[in-house]
Amino acid sequence: MNFWEYLGTRHQQLLTDTYQHASAVFQCMVIATLLGVLIGVISYRSGWGGSLAITSTSAILTIPSLAAIGLLIPLVGLGVPPTVIILTLYGLLPIVRNCIVGLRGVDPALVDAAKGIGMSRARRLLKVELPLAWPPILTGIRVSTQMLMGIAAIAAYASGPGLGNEIFRGLASLGSANAINQVLAGTIGIVILALLFDAAYVLLGRLTISRGIRA
Amino acid sequence: MPETVTTPSDSASARPASTSGATIQLENLTKSYPGSPSPAVEDVSMDIKAGETVILVGPSGCGKSTTLKMINRLIEPTSGRIRIGDEDVTDMDPVKLRRKIGYAIQSSGLFPHMTVAENIALVPKMTGWSKSGVKDRVEEMLDLVGLDPREFHGRYPRQLSGGQQQRVGVARALAADPPVLLMDEPFGAVDPITRDHLQDELIRLQHELHKTIVFVTHDFDEAIKLGDRIAVLRERSHIAQFDTPEAILTNPTDDFVSGFVGAGAALKRLNLTRVRDVGIADFPTVTVEDPLQSIFNKLRDGQHNELLMLDRRNRPYKWLRRGDLMRAKGSLARAGQLVHDTVTRDATLHDALEAVLTDSGGRVAVTGRRGEFIGVVDMQTLMNSVQELLEADRLAAMEHEHDLEELRSHRTEQELEGGDGGL
Ligand SMILES: Nc1ncnc2c1ncn2[C@@H]1O[C@H](COP(=O)(O)OP(=O)(O)O)[C@@H](O)[C@H]1O
Ligand SMILES: [Mg+2]
Repeated sequence: MNFWEYLGTRHQQLLTDTYQHASAVFQCMVIATLLGVLIGVISYRSGWGGSLAITSTSAILTIPSLAAIGLLIPLVGLGVPPTVIILTLYGLLPIVRNCIVGLRGVDPALVDAAKGIGMSRARRLLKVELPLAWPPILTGIRVSTQMLMGIAAIAAYASGPGLGNEIFRGLASLGSANAINQVLAGTIGIVILALLFDAAYVLLGRLTISRGIRA
Repeated sequence: MPETVTTPSDSASARPASTSGATIQLENLTKSYPGSPSPAVEDVSMDIKAGETVILVGPSGCGKSTTLKMINRLIEPTSGRIRIGDEDVTDMDPVKLRRKIGYAIQSSGLFPHMTVAENIALVPKMTGWSKSGVKDRVEEMLDLVGLDPREFHGRYPRQLSGGQQQRVGVARALAADPPVLLMDEPFGAVDPITRDHLQDELIRLQHELHKTIVFVTHDFDEAIKLGDRIAVLRERSHIAQFDTPEAILTNPTDDFVSGFVGAGAALKRLNLTRVRDVGIADFPTVTVEDPLQSIFNKLRDGQHNELLMLDRRNRPYKWLRRGDLMRAKGSLARAGQLVHDTVTRDATLHDALEAVLTDSGGRVAVTGRRGEFIGVVDMQTLMNSVQELLEADRLAAMEHEHDLEELRSHRTEQELEGGDGGL
């Protein structure tokens, strides 16, 4: 069976895996973005707070994801919970870091002006600081998403959903007829998904970054 | 105020009545920044009248910005009180306070991700104006600062020149019609020609609006041009002198102030007086439509050595001297000297002097709003006026001294008599 025939016979399963992969990454990105921006907003104004947030999130990244999943299984079991936890944690770092850098990079004169015309702290954050920090935050989200695409594949190790199942199945049966096809299908699927997500982010950037600050 | 129905043409032509200035009183304001041994601003007291433009001028780092920012409490004073229009605002909610105080800064402070209209609309929106009210107000403010609403409405700050950004900054500061306007070196970052224009615009605006303006600059010439009164500040915002530009120029209290006034105080005085305030003299004129013979006759009958020829729209065109016509062999086209410089009645004496000095005949034509000829100003008139001005300033300064002296001795007397220790 060549690769195309393999796709033809297994497309139902592949589509389901692809959908679940995308859905897992997307949902975890939403959580990671909300959490990451929240952490950024809370910590950017204090010197040590910001450093603490960046250091602790990057510490997470140094743990090999496979090991992290392995360690989580005894705590939360198999399936969806370890997948969501791992993806969200790993997705945090670029977002937290870019959010802090972006918020700190807002021209102090503009913050002064915002205060000076009578904007409250919350309004300043929502109307001035976050919109101005949004381009770097969005870049962080893009980087996170790319990273999570790969990490999500590993979630299959803990019986999580997604294209990782194809890859793991193939790797487990190396030498058998469809092993290479399975690995190939899973990998190509992930690459295509990553490209699609990236295109979506470019579009999102067009729609959400003000023309006044777009590069 | 009763509600009145206005026709569209009414509301378009007449600006709604605007809130005019409020008094500002600073009482013993002190600011110590944490970690620095001496205060940045120490014990500043100042009474600013309603509708007055007060300039804080002083060397860099002397605490001008700190003083200004304590008025809208961007910086909280360490001690002292601030009163605006008889209301003690020292402990008021700063967010509410700031919406009643316009604030314009050097870099314009426009938010780059918002359009010009969105920037201007910010404060009116926050203070709860209706949607249509805000929209009209934005147009009106753009109009007020000399920008065409249709053209600039939807632009982003980066699509504007520095001068235009500054105008929008002022429009935003004034949008909710605050009685007080604080400006921190607003024209510090634009080129000299644009700065000159913006200063003229501010003078015109203030003429219409009568806000109370506190304006910070390190440029003494700017202070002279804009200020009703100038506070010359030394380190820690100590007030070296707080007086009218005239008084500071002619009677600086000490070496610090005279050092700051710089050389040429008498010359700077010229910036404070306008051509309309000195004698504009008549001058014999002819027009390009007059027949050649009558021009000849006018020159030859001995009364005038020189004529000014006006064009069809009564604008100064050529200086014609006796003999010019002879030399040009009777051809008007070649005779005489083109008028290359004119001044309006609003020009400063400085500008007029400049024009007179560069004119070979030692005079300059004064024109009206449409460029039409009004009269001339010559060297002699200028010299006389300047001398009169300086003399008057000197007298005023002496009188002022005298008044102060009297006040002081009066006070001492009272203290000696009273002695009840009421304070
Ligand atoms: N946020 C701050 N923290 C500590 N010191 C400050 C701060 N802002 C200003 N200063 C100090 O206070 C003094 C006055 O500053 P400023 O009011 O900005 O002066 P100016 O506007 O006249 O140039 C300066 O010595 C400056 O270094
Ligand atoms: Mg300053």
